[in-house]
Amino acid sequence: MSVPARAVTLLVAFLAVVGGVVFVVVHILLAEPPTVDFTAGHAAGQPVSMTIMTDPVNDASPHPDWVSYFVKSPQTGKWIHSTIFQLPAHTRINVTNYEFDSCDPLRNQFNGRVAGTVGNVMSVSGEADGVNGKNISLVNSDTTCGVAHTFSAPELGINVPFEGVLYTAKNQCTQGPCAMSTTHTTTTFSFITPGPGEYRWQCFIPCGLASVDGNGHAMSTIGFMTGYLDVVS
Amino acid sequence: MAAASEAAVPMAGPAEPNHGLRILLIWLPLALIADLVIWFVWGPHLPPGDMSSSAAGQQFAIKVMAVMAAPVMAFVLIYAGYAMITWRTRDGDEEDGPPIEGNARVQFSWFVITTAVVLSLFVFGTVELVSANGAGAGEGPSPIWKPDGKPLVVQVIAQQWLFTYRYPQFGGFETTQLMLPVGQSVQFDVTSLDVIHSFWAYQLGVKADANPQVNNVAYTKTEHPGQVTVRCAELCGLWHGAMFDYGHVVSVAAFQSWAHATRIKMAKITKTLPAYALIYTPNEIKGLAKFYYQAGLPGAGGGYYGPQYYPNEP
Repeated sequence: MSVPARAVTLLVAFLAVVGGVVFVVVHILLAEPPTVDFTAGHAAGQPVSMTIMTDPVNDASPHPDWVSYFVKSPQTGKWIHSTIFQLPAHTRINVTNYEFDSCDPLRNQFNGRVAGTVGNVMSVSGEADGVNGKNISLVNSDTTCGVAHTFSAPELGINVPFEGVLYTAKNQCTQGPCAMSTTHTTTTFSFITPGPGEYRWQCFIPCGLASVDGNGHAMSTIGFMTGYLDVVS
Repeated sequence: MAAASEAAVPMAGPAEPNHGLRILLIWLPLALIADLVIWFVWGPHLPPGDMSSSAAGQQFAIKVMAVMAAPVMAFVLIYAGYAMITWRTRDGDEEDGPPIEGNARVQFSWFVITTAVVLSLFVFGTVELVSANGAGAGEGPSPIWKPDGKPLVVQVIAQQWLFTYRYPQFGGFETTQLMLPVGQSVQFDVTSLDVIHSFWAYQLGVKADANPQVNNVAYTKTEHPGQVTVRCAELCGLWHGAMFDYGHVVSVAAFQSWAHATRIKMAKITKTLPAYALIYTPNEIKGLAKFYYQAGLPGAGGGYYGPQYYPNEP
C-alpha cells in the first residue's frame, strides 16, 4: 500500500474513532430531555400552573415499557416527554398530576406522607379509595390501593405520593401519553419554589420493574421517573 | 603501566567530613520544628474535627501518624538534598564513585527503627480502635466494642437516594432530620432498603456501610454542638452525589423538645410504619404478597416486594 493510501486509511480510522466517541458523549452521556419553561411570560407574584401525568407506558421514547412522567407545555398545551422543569423562584407552583399507572405498596411507608406542599396536604380525586376531592396528608399504601409514584424533591422537603388506579380498573391506559378518557386519578397540590438553583426530584417507588429490583431503568433515567427543577430568578 | 598503577591506588585527599553528623544536625531541628507545627498549629484543624469522641479520636490518630511520619519524610528529603549538593559531580571530575559496600550498622539501625515505628503504630491503632468503641466505624450486627451506659439509638435507613432516621426510644418515629443531643453516647443502627449505601456523618467521624438485610452498628459520643454533613459514601446510582443531608448536634433540652414535638407531629405516619426492627425485609409488608396474588401480578417489582403468595399455605 502506498504511503498516501496508508495515511488516508489512518486518517479515516482516526476520524471514525473520534466520531464514535463524540456520538456516544453527545447522544448518550449528555442526552437530556428538553427543558420545559414555565417562566416565559410569568408575572412576578403570580402562581404558575403545572400539569403533569404519570403513565404506565411510554410510546414517546425508545423504551415504551418504561413508566414515565409527561408534562404539558405551558406554551402549546401538548404533552412533552420531559422531567426538567424551569420554574420562577419564590413562586407558588400549582401542580396537577394525572396518574394513569396502577398502585404498589410503598417500600418505605414513610414516603406515604405528604410533605413540603402548601399546608402539607394534597387533594386526590378519581379512583382513589374514599378520599375523592379531600385534602389528605398521608397515604397508607398497605391498606389502600397503594401509591403508583411519588413526586419527591428531598432538598426541598417535598414528598407527594400519587395514588394509582386499581389493577382491576377498566379502560386503563395502554399508550402514552395517555388519553384523558382512560382511567386515572387526579392529584393537586402546591409548593413554593425556593431561591435559584437546580433541585433534583425523583419517584421513590421502585418502579423500574425487573431492573435492579425495581431501581433501574425508568427510576435511574432522567426524563422518566427523575429529573430536576431548574429554579431561576 | 605506570598510569594504570596510579589509577588503581586511591589518591590521598582531604579527610572526609562526618556526613552522618552533618545530616543529623540539619535533620534534628527541622524534624522537631515540623512536629511542633503539626501538633500545635496544624493538628487542631485536621479533619474530621472534634465534634464527637470518634472524630476527636480520628484527629488524634492523624496527628500522631503525622508527627511520626514527618521526621521520616524530613530525613529522606534532607538526605536527598545533602547528597545532591555534597556528592554532586564537579567540573572535570570523571572519577568513578567509591564502591558500594554493605554497612551492617546502617542496615541494623534501619531494620530496628522501621520495625519500631510500624509496630508502635500497630499497637497504637489497635488501642485507638478499642478505646473509642470501634472508632466510629460500622462493627456489623454484633459489635465487639460497646460504650458503657445506655446510648441513644438512632436507626439510619438508606434508600435510593435518601437517608431517613428512626428513633426507637421515642416511639419509633421516622424523620428526614438527624438530631442528636450533645454529650450523649449514640448507637447508629445502619441498614438499607435497596442497594448498598454508606452512612458517612463527616463531623462525627462515623462511617458505616448501609447494606440491605444487615444491621451495621456504629458508636460515637457527641462532644460539641454543631452541624453535621451526612453523605452517602458508596456509589449507589444516578443520584448518589445528591444523597446528602445535614444533621445537628444540639443541647439536651433542645433535643428533648424536638423529639417530643416530632413524635407528636409524626404520630399519624408512625402508625403506618412497620414495627421497629433492625432490618426491613420486603416480605414483612403486611398482606403484600396476597395483594399481588389477588391482583394477578405475582412477582411484580422484579421480586423486590417479597416472595410469592400461596393461598393454600398458612
